[in-house]
Amino acid sequence: MSYDKFITLTSTAVPLPIENIDTDQIIPARFLKAVERKGFGDNLFRDWRYDKSNQPIADFPLNQAKYSGKILVGGKNFGSGSSREHAAWAIYDYGFRVVVSSFFADIFQGNALNNGILPVVVSPEFLEKIFATIDADNNAQFEVDLQNQKFTIKATGESADFTINPYKKHCLTHGLDDIDYLISMKEEIAAFEK
Amino acid sequence: MEAKTLFDKIWDSHVVKEVEGGPSVLYIDRHFIHEVTSPVAFLGLEKRGAKVLRPEKTVATPDHNVPTINQHLSIKDELSRNQVEMLKKNCANHGIVYHGLGTEGHGVVHIIGPEMGITQPGMTIVCGDSHTSTHGAFGAIAFGIGTSEVEMVLASQCIMQPKPKKMLITVNGQLSKGVTAKDIALYIISKISTSGGTGHFIEYAGSAITSLSMEARMTLCNLSIESGARGGMIAPDETTIEYVKGRQFAPKGQDWDKAVAYWKSLKTDEGAVFDTELVYDAADIEPMITYGTNPGMGIGVSQSIPTSDGLAGTDKTTYEKALKYMGYSEGEKMVGKQIDYVFVGSCTNGRIEDFRAFAAFVKGKKKADNVTAWIVPGSQAVEKQIRAEGLVEILEAAGFELRQPGCSACLAMNDDKIPEGKYSVSTSNRNFEGRQGPGARTLLASPLTAAAAAVKGVITDPREFL
Repeated sequence: MSYDKFITLTSTAVPLPIENIDTDQIIPARFLKAVERKGFGDNLFRDWRYDKSNQPIADFPLNQAKYSGKILVGGKNFGSGSSREHAAWAIYDYGFRVVVSSFFADIFQGNALNNGILPVVVSPEFLEKIFATIDADNNAQFEVDLQNQKFTIKATGESADFTINPYKKHCLTHGLDDIDYLISMKEEIAAFEK
Repeated sequence: MEAKTLFDKIWDSHVVKEVEGGPSVLYIDRHFIHEVTSPVAFLGLEKRGAKVLRPEKTVATPDHNVPTINQHLSIKDELSRNQVEMLKKNCANHGIVYHGLGTEGHGVVHIIGPEMGITQPGMTIVCGDSHTSTHGAFGAIAFGIGTSEVEMVLASQCIMQPKPKKMLITVNGQLSKGVTAKDIALYIISKISTSGGTGHFIEYAGSAITSLSMEARMTLCNLSIESGARGGMIAPDETTIEYVKGRQFAPKGQDWDKAVAYWKSLKTDEGAVFDTELVYDAADIEPMITYGTNPGMGIGVSQSIPTSDGLAGTDKTTYEKALKYMGYSEGEKMVGKQIDYVFVGSCTNGRIEDFRAFAAFVKGKKKADNVTAWIVPGSQAVEKQIRAEGLVEILEAAGFELRQPGCSACLAMNDDKIPEGKYSVSTSNRNFEGRQGPGARTLLASPLTAAAAAVKGVITDPREFL
């Protein structure tokens, strides 16, 4: 899947201080009927964002003008549940490039990386600090430096290191995906089959 | 020689290459696809001008999005129909076997694989569906993947995966009356939470596990993902071999003998090391039911909803949000709460033993008037067996109607949606907000507990009747 390269990002962030945000909330199953990858951002967090009559629910952070930015901050165990990559597509399509949490579900984490979204894992304490920072100043800036694997709260300069698989880091910084790599391995795969 | 776990043995024998500083390139033996998570993968493949490398190793069936009545008619919902037709077309274009609606091989993808003997011990199996963990029951490494990975498997028969950590969960002893594999799973998840297994692949062992039937093992492994684990597996034994024997795609003749010899070697060596080990006693497990909005929020059916004492911060607000959604309060008893719907089916509990258990329970009783029940077989073969064994007559006499195979109300992509605010006792795998329809409230339970609720119209301890 093609996506824009990721080097560094400085942005405000949108807080979702809820735990175990599952992929059915990120994109409900009834919106998985498309056969192309487009428009999923419209239905990101659909049932938390809109009521039955499709009116925006005022207190949901994505509907609050005071919150904006390319960074989504969620409670622990973000992305649990189904393997639907549509969850990553919806997050990317909406405009997020980074999701921060203290803990990600495995399949979601893989899907995010395969779609140019950087999952940043920070400690539970640092996560609380990020929520508090946004709470105190909705326009607080955060810097995500993939090269140095650092997430910084700009106002205070406090930062947290995060880990990422070196191969995946290479892919993100170059906008590459695994599929071309695997196709290029055709002979090795054929040799393995014997 | 180094002592290896069952997982290591299978994983290591499938690594094509270790990428420096990266994940392993893992060879995939069997790939299942369905209509929802495959179309974008085929589109990607075509954009690259790539072909399906090993079409004979992929098997397709539409399940997530199909109606469970009148399957002989064209699917009414245009988007659903389009998705199903797209799968059929993609399979035809790429030479992939397709089990269409109404055909003998149709069903929920995780039901038909084992049924046909496609799923075998020692294999690596993937599908763009998290409940692929089901196939681990055979002593296979089976896990769910995203659509990018579906494309990888189509293009190269491989995916790139970091090797997970290993967890051993041992359940010793004998299960009490009325306690099923579903209850074991919900019990474990209630103990370790929906993130307790994250980063791990689970091996289940112990006398309570080895005494389970193959179908019960599938239910247990199916729910591994609900603990956050990539998958769960059980070492193959006589039960496994007996189940696979004679199935359509099982090895035959000399190949069979060779396969069995290999399968018997697939067990964790003495002294092999796991990253995490947990031990439970089967006697502590009672029929389970969930009261909240994730599968970790489960309790014994006779118990009361836990209080939020000791929770703080996001933990507390998340807990309160879940109970508010469910319309429940802390400390309330589950038994006696009114329900509106019962769903029996899904890749978790949609096999013949599940319908036998449900039918045996409701035999000679009547469905409560306040309950709408959807009884959905996991496959055509399961439906056929239900009819052959005379279970339909028992179900109908008790006021239950049998529908046609599909994922149905488990994720409510088709018309089988639980209305807003209604309570559904469901044998499926997820009780997330809106999972069974916008605003629906799901209570996960075994087919037995579902049967008891269906008959009484309220949450009921099935042991009252046993």
